[in-house]
Amino acid sequence: MTLDAILFYVFAAAALGSALVVVGQRHPTYSAFALIVTLCSLSAVFGLLGSPFIAVLQVVVYAGAIMVLFLFVLMLLRVTREERPAGGGWALKATAIGLGAVLAAQVGSVLATVARGPGAPGFNASTVSVARLLFSPAYLYVFEATSILILAALVGAVALAKRDL
Amino acid sequence: MSGSADLVTPALLLSLGLFAIGVVGVFLRRNVITVFMCVELMLNAVNLAFVAFSRWRGTLDGQVLVFFVLTVAAAEAAVGLAIIIAAQRNKDTLDLDAFNLLKW
Repeated sequence: MTLDAILFYVFAAAALGSALVVVGQRHPTYSAFALIVTLCSLSAVFGLLGSPFIAVLQVVVYAGAIMVLFLFVLMLLRVTREERPAGGGWALKATAIGLGAVLAAQVGSVLATVARGPGAPGFNASTVSVARLLFSPAYLYVFEATSILILAALVGAVALAKRDL
Repeated sequence: MSGSADLVTPALLLSLGLFAIGVVGVFLRRNVITVFMCVELMLNAVNLAFVAFSRWRGTLDGQVLVFFVLTVAAAEAAVGLAIIIAAQRNKDTLDLDAFNLLKW
């Protein structure tokens, strides 16, 4: 086993474990901190998969911006533990387990038919090459639409959070 | 970066695990913010699948898609948290069962 593989499994285990804490924890603040651990572990996984640009983006945007927003709102609101035990009765639990089984079947079929082999040898998505594709004509309109989306979200968030609409 | 180790299949399995945990969380948790965090978890699982397939195919389109997913996730978090603040102001609770205004 190479060092890459060992590190991959270490960070994958960290991501899965902290994701379980996110779901299992009753207090949202602890869930948020566990989610930060998940996101940082995933960033390491992205780096090991040969995507340094996405790895940095993950830390800066997700762990940096989005999770700070989450924690800010958690501190702003009066957040307490969930009093009642988790689970909305038998039907919801059955739906959750059923959906999980469907997902497992889908991914299993993909793994059985498509994803075979180690992937492109020496794959490394450098920032320059990703940027060349991102700013190429192929993604020009999508990129511009994204900026409009961000603007709309900005205005929408301000309008929603304002008192007395 | 040695490309010899097969990390694509384990990465897809990790993606499956994270997505399933997110789905279970959305169904079982009652706090709006926790449910929202589980949605973010699922988005991250999808990102991981994109990166894994990008590595497998040796193309960069997956990476660009992850970039767009990140952007949409940021916009979604901003608007979603604003909605949560407004809803909490109206109902004085974060319990999902309390938000039934749109229920028929």
